[in-house]
Amino acid sequence: MKEIEVNTTTINFGPQHPAAHGVLRLVVELDGEVVERAEPHIGLLHRGTEKLIEYKTYLQAVPYFDRLDYVSPMCQEHAFALATENLLKIEVPQRAQYIRVIFAEITRLLNHLLNIPAYAADIGAVTPFLWCFEEREKLLQFHEAVSGARFHAAYFRPGGVHQDMPEGMEEKLNEHFQTLPKFIDDLEDLLTNNRILRQRSVDIGVISKQEAIDWGCTGPVLRSAGVAWDLRRSQPYDAYDKVDFEVPIGKKGDCFDRYLVRIEEMRQSISIIQQCLTQIKSGEISVIDNKITPPKRSEMKQSMESLIHHFKLFTEGYRVPEGQTYYAVEAPKGEFGVFLASDGSSKPYRCKIRAPGFAHLQTLDFLSKGHLMADIAAILGSLDIVFGEIDR
Amino acid sequence: MLEDLKKISDLSSIENKKIFYQAFFKKENILQIFNELKDNELFSFDQLIDITAIDYPSREKRFEMIYIFLSMKKNKRIILKTSINENESIDSIIQIFKASDWYERECYDLFGIKFNNHPDLRRIMTDYNFEGHPLRKDFPLTGHNEVRYDDVEKKVVYESVKLAQEYRDFDYTSPWEGMPEGINDHNK
Repeated sequence: MKEIEVNTTTINFGPQHPAAHGVLRLVVELDGEVVERAEPHIGLLHRGTEKLIEYKTYLQAVPYFDRLDYVSPMCQEHAFALATENLLKIEVPQRAQYIRVIFAEITRLLNHLLNIPAYAADIGAVTPFLWCFEEREKLLQFHEAVSGARFHAAYFRPGGVHQDMPEGMEEKLNEHFQTLPKFIDDLEDLLTNNRILRQRSVDIGVISKQEAIDWGCTGPVLRSAGVAWDLRRSQPYDAYDKVDFEVPIGKKGDCFDRYLVRIEEMRQSISIIQQCLTQIKSGEISVIDNKITPPKRSEMKQSMESLIHHFKLFTEGYRVPEGQTYYAVEAPKGEFGVFLASDGSSKPYRCKIRAPGFAHLQTLDFLSKGHLMADIAAILGSLDIVFGEIDR
Repeated sequence: MLEDLKKISDLSSIENKKIFYQAFFKKENILQIFNELKDNELFSFDQLIDITAIDYPSREKRFEMIYIFLSMKKNKRIILKTSINENESIDSIIQIFKASDWYERECYDLFGIKFNNHPDLRRIMTDYNFEGHPLRKDFPLTGHNEVRYDDVEKKVVYESVKLAQEYRDFDYTSPWEGMPEGINDHNK
C-alpha cells in the first residue's frame, strides 16, 4: 500500500479573536497557508432566547429581540410585532407604519455603518471605523429620542409603537438626512477605489446565484450574487408599498460586491426615510384597543377602566388566539423571520427565530475553501456575522 | 397554486393562509414530496428557510416538525408539517437542500430528534458535553448545571443549579373574560 503523507496544520481561530466578530470558534485545517476546511463551532453565546420567550408574555418577549442581533435591534422587533399582529388579526394605524419604516431604515443605516468599517478594519483600514462611529452616534440620538434607549429600544410593540416621536423630530430627521449622503460619498472616496481594499476583496469568497439560493442566503449576500430579491419589495409590510426605492444587486457575488451592495443600500435607505417624512401624517401611533395596547398615562389618573386595563396588560398580558404563523422582514443582514405558535394563552407556546446569519455562517466552509488564511477574516467581515442572532 | 398543490396526493389539509400555504405530509414521503416541490416548475420552492419543531408532550406523536420553504420565482412561502414520536427518526433532507445541515443539527440538539443519513449529526448550540434537550417542554427553564470560575481551583467548574427561591410562575385564569357574560353586556 502506498503511503500518502498529509501535511496539514489544524489551528483554532477564536473564540477570542478580533476578526471573529464575537465568539466564533473556527477550527481551520491548513495546507501551508491555504485553507482546506473551516469548521465553525457556534453556540458560545447561546442564551436560550427561544426557551425564555415561552415563559414570558408577548410584551415581555419584545426586549429579547433587541438582544439578538444587537446592531440592528428595531428590525427584529419589527418581525415579532408583525407576527403577533398577524395572529391577533389587527392592523396598525398609518402613522405607526411610517414611524416603523423610518426607524427600520435608520436601523439598517446603523447596521451598515458598523459592518462596512468593521470589514474595512479587518482588512487594514482604520479611519472609516472612527468616521462611521461618529455618524452612528448621531443616528443613535434619534433612537434615544423616541425610545429612551440607544440600543435596546423595545420600541416596536405588537399593536404599533411605544410612543409618538417627540415634537420637532421630523424636522431634525429631515435636516440630518440631507447631510448624510455627503458622508457616504466621503466614505466611498476612502474605500471604494482603495487599492488594498480591492486587492483583499475582489474575487474573494465568490458565491454564485444558484449556490446562494441553495445555501439559504438572503439579504445583501444573496443580492450581491445577482438575485434581485428584497422582502421590502416582493412581500411589502407596513408602509414599504408606499415608498419607491431600488434594489441594488451585484454581479460576481464576491466580498467586494457585498460591500458595494451595502453602500448602495444606505443611499436607498436615506431616500426611503425622506419619502416617509414627506408622506407621514399625524394620527394614532397604536391600535386603540386597550385590550392590546396600554391606555395613556393621563387617562389612568382619571379612569378606573384604564387603570384596570393597564394592570392587566402588564401582569398577565393579552391573550393571542390559537394558531401558527411565520412572518419575515428584510433585516439589514437578510431575512429575519419569526415563527410563532400560540395555544390561546398570553404566552407564546413556541417562538422560533430564523436568523439570517445562521444560514450565512454555514456557507463559510464553502466560501473559504482554497483561499488563504488571511482571507477568512475578509469573508467573515463581508458576511456580516453577529453572534447574538446566530446563537440566540 | 393551491389547485396544483392539491394534485399532490401525499399532501393533506392544504390551506391558503394568505402569507403562506400550509400542508401536512407523512414522514415516509418526505424526500419524494420535497423533491417534487423543489423541481416542479409550478412550485419551485427552492430555498429552505428554516426547520424547527414544536413539542406537544400530551400528544400521541410528540413532536410536530415544521419545514418552511420559499419560492422566489412564485413569491410564495409554504410551511410543511408532520408529526413524529420521541423514539422515531425522520429522513434528513440534506441531499435535496444543502442548507438543512445546521438546521437539522439544531433540531437534534434542542429537541433530540434524529435525522437518518445526516453526515454529521452533532450538537450545535449547547455546551460541549451537554446533556438533555432544552426546548422540550419537560426541560426546566433553569437547566440542570451552572458554570462559574473557581478562584481556589483556578478553573471553571460545573455545579448543579441551586435556587434560593422556586421559579415563580403565576397562573392567571381568564384575564378579560373574568366577568360573567351579563355584566359585560350591561356596560354596552
